[in-house]
Amino acid sequence: MGQALDVHRLHFAFTITFHYIFPQLTMGLALLLVYLKTKALRTGDEHYNRAARFWARIFGINFALGVVTGIPMEFQFGTNWAAFSKAAGGVIGQTLAMEGVFSFFLESSFLGLFLFGEKKLGRIGHWVAAFLVFLGSWLSGYFIVATDAWMQHPIGYRIGANGAIELSSFWDLLLNKWALWQYAHTMVGAVQTGCFVMAGVGAFYLLTKRDEFYGRTFVRAGVLVGAVAAILQLFPTGDMQGKMVADNQQPTLAAMEGLFESQEGAPLAILGQPDVEKRKLDNPLEVPEMLSFLTYRQWRAHVKGLSDFPQAEWPDQIPLLYYSYHVMVGLGTIFIAVMVLAALLLWRGKLYDSRWMLWMLMVCVPLPYIANTAGWMTAELGRQPWLIYGLMRTAAGVSPRVVAGNAWFTLIGFMGMYTVLAILWLFLIYREIELGPEPGNLPRGEDAAVLAAD
Amino acid sequence: MGTIWFWLVAIMIATYVLLDGFDLGAGAIHLFVAKTDEERRQVLASIGPVWDGNEVWLIAAAGTLYFAFPALYASAFSGFYLPLMIVLWLLILRGASIEFRNHIKSAVWDPLWDFLFCASSLLLAVFFGAALGNVVRGVPLDASGYFFEPLWTNFRLGDDTGILDWYTILVGVLALLALVMHGALWVQMKTSGAVSGRAGRLAGRAWWGVVALTALVMALTFRIQPQVKKNFMTWPIGFVFPLLAVAGIAGVLFELRKGDERKAFLTSCAYLAGMLTSVVFGVYPMVLPARNPLYSLTVTSAKAADYGLKIGLAWWIIGIILAVGYVIYVYRSFAGKVVIEKDSHGYGG
Repeated sequence: MGQALDVHRLHFAFTITFHYIFPQLTMGLALLLVYLKTKALRTGDEHYNRAARFWARIFGINFALGVVTGIPMEFQFGTNWAAFSKAAGGVIGQTLAMEGVFSFFLESSFLGLFLFGEKKLGRIGHWVAAFLVFLGSWLSGYFIVATDAWMQHPIGYRIGANGAIELSSFWDLLLNKWALWQYAHTMVGAVQTGCFVMAGVGAFYLLTKRDEFYGRTFVRAGVLVGAVAAILQLFPTGDMQGKMVADNQQPTLAAMEGLFESQEGAPLAILGQPDVEKRKLDNPLEVPEMLSFLTYRQWRAHVKGLSDFPQAEWPDQIPLLYYSYHVMVGLGTIFIAVMVLAALLLWRGKLYDSRWMLWMLMVCVPLPYIANTAGWMTAELGRQPWLIYGLMRTAAGVSPRVVAGNAWFTLIGFMGMYTVLAILWLFLIYREIELGPEPGNLPRGEDAAVLAAD
Repeated sequence: MGTIWFWLVAIMIATYVLLDGFDLGAGAIHLFVAKTDEERRQVLASIGPVWDGNEVWLIAAAGTLYFAFPALYASAFSGFYLPLMIVLWLLILRGASIEFRNHIKSAVWDPLWDFLFCASSLLLAVFFGAALGNVVRGVPLDASGYFFEPLWTNFRLGDDTGILDWYTILVGVLALLALVMHGALWVQMKTSGAVSGRAGRLAGRAWWGVVALTALVMALTFRIQPQVKKNFMTWPIGFVFPLLAVAGIAGVLFELRKGDERKAFLTSCAYLAGMLTSVVFGVYPMVLPARNPLYSLTVTSAKAADYGLKIGLAWWIIGIILAVGYVIYVYRSFAGKVVIEKDSHGYGG
């Protein structure tokens, strides 16, 4: 059984990691598309509509991949985690079903209209369609985060007569405090991905001296929104997220920080490699007393280390959890530096000519993807060994009849298929960027002539 | 409460089959009714703005099933592990084919995606049919409430069944033919010229297969699943469902001959709705029949607790009214036959 459990975990981890590449961009871009459409409406400048169409094409590719890689996530609750679904479906089924009913219909209907119906809808109608796509995708994010938040911090439930977990308060589930902060933190992360991608593409255009009007627009939008998002990522959303972990998942906090022994005035480890066997951090680079301050706002506060908890309560992948957390925080800090600096240069009117800053923006494009992935890994590895924190162990949730051989079969299948999708995705996105926002460059030769004429 | 949700989930699944059914069918006939690039783009444009929304009915129905009948979701999804994973791969291939095709024009790019789109749509129709066949036939559930079926064993009915046996394959073929007809009627209605004509003729030919297989599968089902006979005997009012299917399929031929493309498609919808509701009525109160009736999952044994189901009723009704509103709005916005402009997507923009 141990072996099947590991394969099922890897199965979910692999498919969710690949899936989340797409929604983090589309949720972030949805906001920026509303921004571009608003600019178009207010200035009447056709450039902004072309810019929106350009990003809509990139949005469309990512959205389609997000949908087709998202359905496997919903299915896996039943296929690979049947015992968990049987026990908890009455509670988290609420938020998952609400996501389908309230957000996916909204999002898909208006995306179809947004992509295909610009002429029919008119200027205002097209703005409304963009706004509703944004609303749908952000709602969908909330329902998913609320589902995860309940697994992190279960409330509003009771144990029914047959041992199943029953919902006892709908509003507790929906307005879980954990969900509100985790949502804010997640969405700000998605906005950062959208901003870095937009600013990065803009920087690419400026550095290669093409489509410069669009280059400036993209860099400006990405940097202005991105600087705000980078700061919000740390404070208050990241800070509050950390406090909730400190209050409710104490072994998790200790593992994330690599704190093995309880201490007053605990240091914050910046670098170092956890040695779980010997229960210590190798080669530590630490800021004294900082962890105590960040967690409890007191320099000498007592922070519990892993040794204070029975080993059965420890997350089972401590090094991976520790690195995920540190990668997330490290990158988040870099984002603040890059975005704030870029915003200052923008304010001084020097950004568009500052080649090193444009280079910086361009090479940073992959980093928010890594940071967002590391953030989710921190949340999900940190929840271990629980599937529902304090209620159900991960080992107890797996499908009892799906053996390791079958799980490997489908995992390998997904790996192969997603490798192909990833290659196609990179190819098509690069192509859209290369073609650029001016319809004169459209792919199909004969179309280009016709569109350029009108 | 269980019975209400049983029917609500059934309605969502039926809506999924009616809507995604036509774009699956359109995919399955794509290579055969559309020959040139412009014709193929007509077929793709006829489903372009809606296929994704149609698929949402599957996601929303699965979500609602998960919330209302968690024990069923757990048991059926883990028991049908392999076919569901294959369905997922086919859905991925299909979505990618529709989205990626028109990005590049090349002698190797288009045919690849056209072929994948057609093959994945075709196989999906067969797999969905076979899945329905499995639910009707019953699965080897035991006292734990779980089962696992391999893809096939010896293709016979009995205690050691696989997903595919001669009965479920038969249902799969019926599903394929029915969706080919349904999709062809859609394509006929939404396109013009040679494509529309070929689709209409194909629908007419598929019709004969649908009629023959429907009669055969109906007769077999009465023998294979005793509950079906019991339900129709106990509540004869239930015969309205198969009658709807019969009226629908008769209507298809009538409207095809008359040349009313819109009504031909609508009667095909009635046929599919009649078939699905007949199944739902036939297996009630079971949601997943077991080979040993003792272990069948029923609306009462598989449902979630009542508090959640009652709350759910409130938001579900609001949500579905909104959803139906959007869907109607989208279909009205793209009403009428598609016009292929020299733009890659068909509707301009």
